[in-house]
Amino acid sequence: MANYKLQINGTNYEVDVEEDTPLLWVLRDNLGLVGTKYSCGVAQCGACTVHVNGDAVRSCVLPVSAVKEDKITTIEGLSENGDHPVQQAWEEVDVAQCGYCQAGQIMTAAALLKKNPSPSDEEIITGMNANICRCGTYHRIKEAVKLASAKTK
Amino acid sequence: MNKGLKTNRRDFLKIAATAGGGLLIGFNWSSCDSPKMKVVSEEEIMNSALGFNSYLSISPTDHVVIYSPNPELGQNIKTSFPMIVAEELDVDWSKVRVKQAFLDTEKYDRQVTGGSGAMPHSWERLRKAGATARQMLLQAAANRLGVPVADLRTENGHVIHGSEKLTYGDLANDAALVPVPEEVTLKNRKDFKIIGTPIKNVDNRAMFTGQPLYGLDFYREGMVHAMIQRPPFGMKIKSVDAAAAKEVKGVKDVVTFKDNVAIIGESTWPLMKAKKRLKIQYEPIDGQLESSEFHNRIFDEMLNTGKGEVKREDGNVNAAFRSAAKVIKSEYQCPFLSHSPMEPMNFFAHVKADGVELIGPTQTPDRARNAAAEICGFSPDKVTVEMTRLGGGFGRRLRADFVEEAVELSKMLKAPVKLTWSREDDLTGGAYRPAVKYRFEAALDSDNNLIGYKLRGVGINAGNCTRENNFPSGSVDNLLVESLEYKSPITTNAWRAPITNFLAFAEQSFLDEVAEAAGKDPVALRLELLDRAKKNPVGEIHYDVDRMRTVVETAAEKSGWGKKSGVSQGFSVYFSHRSYVAQVAEARMVNGAPKLDKIYAVTDCGIVVNPTGADQQVRGGMVDGMGHAMYTNMTFTDGIADQKNFDTYRLIKMNEIPEIETHFIDNGIDPTGLGEPALPPTGGAIANAIYKASGKRVRNQPFMEQEEMKNVNLGDPA
Repeated sequence: MANYKLQINGTNYEVDVEEDTPLLWVLRDNLGLVGTKYSCGVAQCGACTVHVNGDAVRSCVLPVSAVKEDKITTIEGLSENGDHPVQQAWEEVDVAQCGYCQAGQIMTAAALLKKNPSPSDEEIITGMNANICRCGTYHRIKEAVKLASAKTK
Repeated sequence: MNKGLKTNRRDFLKIAATAGGGLLIGFNWSSCDSPKMKVVSEEEIMNSALGFNSYLSISPTDHVVIYSPNPELGQNIKTSFPMIVAEELDVDWSKVRVKQAFLDTEKYDRQVTGGSGAMPHSWERLRKAGATARQMLLQAAANRLGVPVADLRTENGHVIHGSEKLTYGDLANDAALVPVPEEVTLKNRKDFKIIGTPIKNVDNRAMFTGQPLYGLDFYREGMVHAMIQRPPFGMKIKSVDAAAAKEVKGVKDVVTFKDNVAIIGESTWPLMKAKKRLKIQYEPIDGQLESSEFHNRIFDEMLNTGKGEVKREDGNVNAAFRSAAKVIKSEYQCPFLSHSPMEPMNFFAHVKADGVELIGPTQTPDRARNAAAEICGFSPDKVTVEMTRLGGGFGRRLRADFVEEAVELSKMLKAPVKLTWSREDDLTGGAYRPAVKYRFEAALDSDNNLIGYKLRGVGINAGNCTRENNFPSGSVDNLLVESLEYKSPITTNAWRAPITNFLAFAEQSFLDEVAEAAGKDPVALRLELLDRAKKNPVGEIHYDVDRMRTVVETAAEKSGWGKKSGVSQGFSVYFSHRSYVAQVAEARMVNGAPKLDKIYAVTDCGIVVNPTGADQQVRGGMVDGMGHAMYTNMTFTDGIADQKNFDTYRLIKMNEIPEIETHFIDNGIDPTGLGEPALPPTGGAIANAIYKASGKRVRNQPFMEQEEMKNVNLGDPA
């Protein structure tokens, strides 16, 4: 076991875990930040997506020991009042069915729009394609990313 | 106005106590009360709400708490059920708070998510729940104002007498004491204000801000975590060496029960690590271990020589085929499939001296309760079940195997246990969509009339793998439907639109082959058969011919069937779970390969309660049907699935979906369910469009792994 200092959603945390523990499980089991979801554990579905210094990263394969000084943002910290343009767009388009993958979808979309505020349809597909939605909400995800893009302009 | 309806006493037991608060409160994010108004906390609303019946409580704060009894897995019942109650109560939707009810068989019937059955089952009782409370509010207002009820009306959470307006909140205390009326009057459809409007998912805010909602999000102080290594199908444990697993830091114990090896620990990650270090030797229980080649052989042997159970026989099939001018024969096959909801199986169980507490995602809480009661030797009333939101289900959570495991472990360890399945556990853990192979034969006379039709199906643990009374039964004089079953140690279970999820594809593809052989347009052939079923039906008919004809004609019209150039259209129509869906897929050849552009869907589910939810269910069902028809395969080697995670178990992605256009038939018929009916027709529409575009007929799933589809990339239509 080792002690790790983490900066998550602007708050400093200290956890005592094994060095190979994925950030996902530190968030969920140790810190009670359960918005970041477990689904495949092998970086194939995107349900566990968080931001590391603003980049979308799969927390299920990111060992806590690799985080160091990096600033982590989870769905709980994407906005103070749940009103990030992507969250607003997800609500307005009514994207979710079961909803389990949507936190990961939102985090991926937010990182995409930060880098490319006006993505083309093709750029949206490329940016979002690695996030699986088993309910098949892809049409509305696309629509919501476009709406969020319009909101941020 | 509709005639008065008798209320069901069992449903309308008055709740003596006020409803307590709870964690799983959904509310209306976009239409939160205006900030100028006094801010009422959610806790205050919940704690002050007065019970009127099983479905609703009204708070003096003017808010209405509506309880949604059925498990929510993405079918949007947690939004659409309360809409129906709120409609008849005549209340402003922004004042509605929705709470997931827990299992309570005294208060509710059928707390099940399956078979797309919730809406037809509950439509009337939800309306009556709202109307009964509205009637009590009217009576309370009449008593207070000293006027007859007939002089009063309701609107948006108010009882109105001339210029005088009383709020429901103001009347709640009095109304809760009014005797429950025996008969209530329901609204006319033309007066609906909420039903038929797009109401957004009540859990949106919680889902989009990462609040704890799902089973895996449940944690309790003092609980232990558990993961299980299950045996391959057809095998049992010979020996277990858990020494290396126990060395992993954070692992507390390793226990064995019923050929399962469970690792117990303080958190999830050590269990995942330790599981890989288990050294377990298995041995076959009896006979041989099953692989996919073996299943292929079984299919052919049984189709050729097995004795089928006759499910339906009309006329004289042998005579019809003997006299036929032309016979068409084709075989269709599909693999096992995992349900693979994004949230893997999990459950929390706490077996105590006097009862069991269960919390988690289940489609059948009553089955979970009964299973726990049996394991522990309690009567079912000693078991409580709290349903969390389900991160998908698709039929997998109709089983209680994962609940039983959590209960066994809690009983054994005398501790609260949270059991988590990994994705690998989910894909190798069974209860799959059964693998099935069908043989279709059709006989045409010299005028190209369909005079004979045979369906013979073999399913692996599929039960009856046919739907013998579905279309085209009733429209063909001589018809034979036979089902055969092979019993395998590989477990199967209902998978979204059970049986029809593949049967519809096979049948709708085969009808296309029949149309071609008969030199008929595929839509014209279906209309001809429906005409026959209407005017001169053969035997029993379990579908409404007129409703099916309407979706066929509307889909042809909306898609411009037969009127487009440069695009190849494929048709499909299916009746399942009481709803009718016709689809037209459009493909075109790009660089010598077919690409899928668009699918039209026309649905008749009666009254559309929530247009945004209905569109979602149709779209989602179609994407599901398309993905599994085209891409997803599951094969077996010695009793274990070869595809163990999403790197090899291939789910459809965003770049692979075509445009989808949805339409609904407006006929005012009482609503039916939508969780399943849009899925079955999709594979057939796509396969028929591919055939028209490329001349390649795919009969086996997944399409993209078949010889015919080599070097073809149907996705990325751009």
